[in-house]
Amino acid sequence: MTAIAVRDLRKSYGELEAVRGLSFEVQVGEVFGLLGPNGAGKTTTVEILEGYRKRDAGEVEVLGTDPAKAGGDWRERIGVVLQSSAMYETVTVAESLKIFAGYYREPRPVDEVVELIGLQEKRNNRVRLLSGGQRRRLDLGLALVGDPELLFLDEPTTGFDPGARRRAWEMIRSLRSLGKTILLTTHYLDEAEQLADRVAVLRQGKIAAVGAPAELTGSTLQTEIRYRENGREVVVHTDEPTRVLNELTSVALAEGRELEGLVVRRPSLEEVYLSLTEEAS
Amino acid sequence: MRLFWHELRTELLLYMRSRELAFFTFLLPIILFVLLGSVYGNDTVKDDPGVKQSKYLEAGMIGYGAISIAFAGLAIVLVIRRESGVLKRLRGTPLPATAYIAAVLTSYVIAFAVEVACLILLGRLLFDVGVPDNLGSLTLALLLGVVSFCGLGIGLTALIKSAEGASAVVNAIYLPMAFISGSFFAPGSFPAFLRAIADVLPLTYFIRLVRGIMLHDDQIWSHGADVAVLAAWGLVGVLVAVKAFRWEPKEG
Repeated sequence: MTAIAVRDLRKSYGELEAVRGLSFEVQVGEVFGLLGPNGAGKTTTVEILEGYRKRDAGEVEVLGTDPAKAGGDWRERIGVVLQSSAMYETVTVAESLKIFAGYYREPRPVDEVVELIGLQEKRNNRVRLLSGGQRRRLDLGLALVGDPELLFLDEPTTGFDPGARRRAWEMIRSLRSLGKTILLTTHYLDEAEQLADRVAVLRQGKIAAVGAPAELTGSTLQTEIRYRENGREVVVHTDEPTRVLNELTSVALAEGRELEGLVVRRPSLEEVYLSLTEEAS
Repeated sequence: MRLFWHELRTELLLYMRSRELAFFTFLLPIILFVLLGSVYGNDTVKDDPGVKQSKYLEAGMIGYGAISIAFAGLAIVLVIRRESGVLKRLRGTPLPATAYIAAVLTSYVIAFAVEVACLILLGRLLFDVGVPDNLGSLTLALLLGVVSFCGLGIGLTALIKSAEGASAVVNAIYLPMAFISGSFFAPGSFPAFLRAIADVLPLTYFIRLVRGIMLHDDQIWSHGADVAVLAAWGLVGVLVAVKAFRWEPKEG
């Protein structure tokens, strides 16, 4: 089943073409990552899917509905975490969740959400006293309290310290196990690698590559072999690592010397990503 | 309808929790009433012989309270919510825009009603000003006024670019307006150019309407011109809002 279908989506701001013919599909229950540098068109794309922006051309269906024409019934089924974490500062965590729960017909119980986002101890604290990471978790809680089928997360961990990112990742994984469909944007590669079933790499408003993180890293770049010879670093890039490695090791064995500091490495998603996003510029 | 009641409760909670806003927009008219009333409350009004200043001032402070709460307070709160992204977040929920606006307006009408009750009570206790007789006409006039100023307040948000600028812009408009329209002093002693400005300001007409009803036992329908000008201003605010109200903060 398809949760999101996008065909040839286009959007310009004046002269600037922010999105230039995007097409992709997200299946129900899938975590799909939109990955790209700032200005690649991630937020524009997501905000069109959320119904905040009008598109110039193309077809978009989210949960079977065109977001540009969708109403309250459709909004019952989606949850949105925007890039900025705007909330009422003067109420408590539980009160915030209660306020937003009231907008939905069948909300999730507030206490359950408090537990899910791990803010039990801050339950009765004013929002303005929360740390950045805690605010972001409440942000996610406010998007979850309506018990949505589909969740949009726009750069959910930007500005987090490493510990807070790990906790956020665990939370997103637990959402996935609840059967939610998640569309995630990020410019962190490890985040996409950790969380997403499939990733679309965006470059200047177009999709540069799409697939599972493992597929992207497996197919695109050559394997890298490094070792030291006479104190000099030697780097070999090859499509046939087995043959090259066999040659190197048999020569070394025959000469009775060691391939010092030998490393055989597949490219990380980071390198795939950089090679994809830098080709044009 | 369920969403309207839910949002109204939310707005009242938020109103009571926001201390700075409550102080400046709600308490200031009450404090000024007590201060100014103590200074010259026992004099008689030059423009209106036989009327005690404190009674005259009470009507003026009801006008000041209306623009302070409904115009200044509402505009600042909406701009802050817009620029912080709260309005954008609300647009992402099933809460309809109409239910939201209706609940926000109602909460400010309620705040103003409490304000008027406080002013009348204080006038009675401190300055021996009687409770007005024409409560029916007064209620209608106050409702018309507060709704018109809410309309102007929402319209004004379209002209304010940033949260930082909100209170500066709002104060620069509403404080001189309160002064020129005669909230604090009888406008009779003002120079001609100030009176000319006063003649276009909506607050002038609202205060004249309220003074007519409270001081001279007029009925609202005998002040047709005041009602019309006030309503027209409110409509201008609503039209500006319909054309230019934004739910989203300014881009980066």
